[in-house]
Amino acid sequence: MEEKTKFELNGKEVEVLVDKNQTLLWTLRTNFNLTGTKYGCGEGYCGSCTVLMDNEPVRSCGIAMTEVNGKKVFTIEGLEKDGQLHPVQKAFIAHDALQCGFCTPGMIMNAVGLLMKNPEPSRQEIIDGMEDNLCRCGAHTRIIRAIETASVEMKGGSQS
Amino acid sequence: MKAERINQYYFHDVNTAPGKLGRRSFLKNLGGGIFVVFALGGYGCKPRKEGDIPEFNAYLRVREDGQIDCLSGKIEMGQGANTSIPQVLAEELEVAINQVNMIMGDTELSPHDDGTWGSMTTRFHDPIIRMAAAEAREVLILLASEEMKLPVSQLKALNGKIVDKNDEENSLTYAELTKGKKIIRSVTEKPVLKKPGEFKIIGKSQLRTDSLPKVTGKALYSADIHLPGQLYARILRPPAHGAKLVSSDTSAAIAMNGVRVIQDNDLIVVLHTSFEKAEEALKMINAKWEIPPSKADNETIFGYLVKNASESNILYHGGNMDAGKKEAAFLFENEYHDGYKAHATIETHTATALFEKGKLTMWASSQTPFGTRQEVAEKLGLAKENVHLKQIFLGGGFGGKIYNRQATEAARIAKLVEGTPIQLMWSRQEEFMYDMFRPAAVMKLHSGITKEGKINFWDFNIYCAGDRGTQLFYEVPNHKTTTWDKSDLHPFGTGAWRAPGNYSTTFARESQIDIMAHKIGMDPLEFRLQNMKEGRALNSLRLAADKFGWTKTKQPVGIGRGIAVGEDAGTLVTVIAEVEVDKTSGKVKVRRVVVGQDMGQVINPEGVIIQAEGCVNMGLGYTLTEDVVFNWGEVKSSNFSDYQIPLFSMIPEIIETSLADAMDQPPQGGGEPAIICMGAAVANAIFEACGARLFRMPFTPERILNALK
Repeated sequence: MEEKTKFELNGKEVEVLVDKNQTLLWTLRTNFNLTGTKYGCGEGYCGSCTVLMDNEPVRSCGIAMTEVNGKKVFTIEGLEKDGQLHPVQKAFIAHDALQCGFCTPGMIMNAVGLLMKNPEPSRQEIIDGMEDNLCRCGAHTRIIRAIETASVEMKGGSQS
Repeated sequence: MKAERINQYYFHDVNTAPGKLGRRSFLKNLGGGIFVVFALGGYGCKPRKEGDIPEFNAYLRVREDGQIDCLSGKIEMGQGANTSIPQVLAEELEVAINQVNMIMGDTELSPHDDGTWGSMTTRFHDPIIRMAAAEAREVLILLASEEMKLPVSQLKALNGKIVDKNDEENSLTYAELTKGKKIIRSVTEKPVLKKPGEFKIIGKSQLRTDSLPKVTGKALYSADIHLPGQLYARILRPPAHGAKLVSSDTSAAIAMNGVRVIQDNDLIVVLHTSFEKAEEALKMINAKWEIPPSKADNETIFGYLVKNASESNILYHGGNMDAGKKEAAFLFENEYHDGYKAHATIETHTATALFEKGKLTMWASSQTPFGTRQEVAEKLGLAKENVHLKQIFLGGGFGGKIYNRQATEAARIAKLVEGTPIQLMWSRQEEFMYDMFRPAAVMKLHSGITKEGKINFWDFNIYCAGDRGTQLFYEVPNHKTTTWDKSDLHPFGTGAWRAPGNYSTTFARESQIDIMAHKIGMDPLEFRLQNMKEGRALNSLRLAADKFGWTKTKQPVGIGRGIAVGEDAGTLVTVIAEVEVDKTSGKVKVRRVVVGQDMGQVINPEGVIIQAEGCVNMGLGYTLTEDVVFNWGEVKSSNFSDYQIPLFSMIPEIIETSLADAMDQPPQGGGEPAIICMGAAVANAIFEACGARLFRMPFTPERILNALK
């Protein structure tokens, strides 16, 4: 059954009429053409579909639209502010913290969520926080480094 | 370079509507500029014969605005070719790397290419691009000579201009020289290339050129193409390979709102504007299958392979095997096993396709766009000119996207619903079903050494792992290497996986070397040094050992180090791993890995290091956790929950790479070599740490505990 869902998407109020069981992942991809959020496994194991919902990193493949009502959702497309990349995005570029790039949006969204909760994570805390996001190319080493760099830059107070 | 200022060499034109631009009219329809085309043969770039316009193998264009278009049949799947190719082009053409626009893997725009695999881009494609760029530079100098009324010998290319050697202020930009012209040049003779001493860009680290679209979510992969009216397609799948459809009832699916069901012989497809609705409808189909009897599962497969791989081939043979065996002071006979592994790219096989007016346009996650075009054309009965594969990013490949069943399936569906665009994105379960797995393999090794620790006998029988990298770089007077295989031996499709077979044979060889060294109480590094021929393998071993700081000192309890040496894609590589083993739980933590590589000329040193790190991190999966679980055609691994690829907690805290200084040598492969050594390096380190000798990958805690008993 189709239902109206109202929520905030990348800072803008939006409304969408979709089946109430449709997941946030496919709503973003099909209804909003926000294809940065990726399907990787469909069951919450890989983290490629990670977005922020009320500042919490969530697996959008497992979130039904009924749960999204009234929530604030941020996707990779909404991370830039006033034409400036988010410090995590900048750090991923500076450290070559990606290869094929398919897991990257999920990695970045998860890292942003991690840094919101813990602005100065230790290496071990980064590993623990990123543990459930999968990368097949083996960019892990650089992703950890990029998150460390972003943490230092964000501590400087440029962006939250 | 500041990250935010990186130029975005983004794939252009990925979203434009299907065009009518044919290869023949391509040169006619494009604007002005200087075009350099190639009719040279070469590995991975077959010359073609048809037509009056030369069919080109490599191609670049100096545009009227001074920008350079580089058209390449290669694809970008994360390996960084869209950074290294512009580097070699920019080097020869004397432009900045951000002036190069890459157009890759488009079957109407790019020159023919056999596919992006085998670490061949840098080895075989870059040299051609360099020649094309050098040729373009010579054309620009000729044009400048006419306009500036100066002899060619007095001119040179510098920073996107042709300048007077006597007065560099006296110059013309490429844009000025190209404006209003259309010059087509075919390279017939090898142009003069720069010497390594003259390099400004080759050999200098360069950040990836595609990071900006990838960190902003703008990079488009096959599933990100959305055409108006597009439907998602889901295909009815059998529960096992080889299963036959006995009966099917699609009525409940058809009754669902907005669902379209099509049946074409064995193909049953559900289509909907929503992926999830299509999925729901698919589950409503009531199908009965007949599953063939099982011949083996993941435990019994090794005996099955040895028994049935009846076709043998002697690869290398030298000396006298009987004499070698007799003269050996110690003999060693071991059997090594390696199970099936999945490519498990995070992007599943996907194709978005539209069949309209007799022509198919497709965006497919394919490492072989030209091969896929051929295959699709044959399956659909179309001329290959009527199949257009468009440029797109790939979410990983590792050999798995050489095979494009999804593309032929999507093409078939698109033709059945002519005029309606469709997208076929395999689910993770389908990916685990139809992946062309890395084959399980058995290696039987019988070897012998003298009292002094010289290898004098080596009888290597390889089942289902092929011959890649099996030429011995150890000096062995009496040796024989034989491969065994047979077609259709495996319960499901198998194929190339990052350095095919080499990880299996290297695991066996380098474990056996370690076993022999320990038998006579010799340090495994010293044993290798005394048995290795002088050459690049030895060079890579020395590089790694120096970087690691290898000593003969006894390690603390639970800590071990392991060495493995190998050859792949023209590169000689050594990996040294340091591990910590918990003898109570059997858990292994790889703490540090050092890679030593002799790979000839290096285009992008940081790119090479990234690939080596990727090999180490990805390699830990097949070494420690990955194993496809199956009962004959029924693949039981179905998602990342039961097929564990590397996690952040598994990767080593330290990875270091040491490269041989060999800029004057031809470039060799970098994307695959280091991964082949991970199994043996970790196996040997586990042995030093706790005394457990492992003969089967992956080294699960259970197998380690069993080996300790």
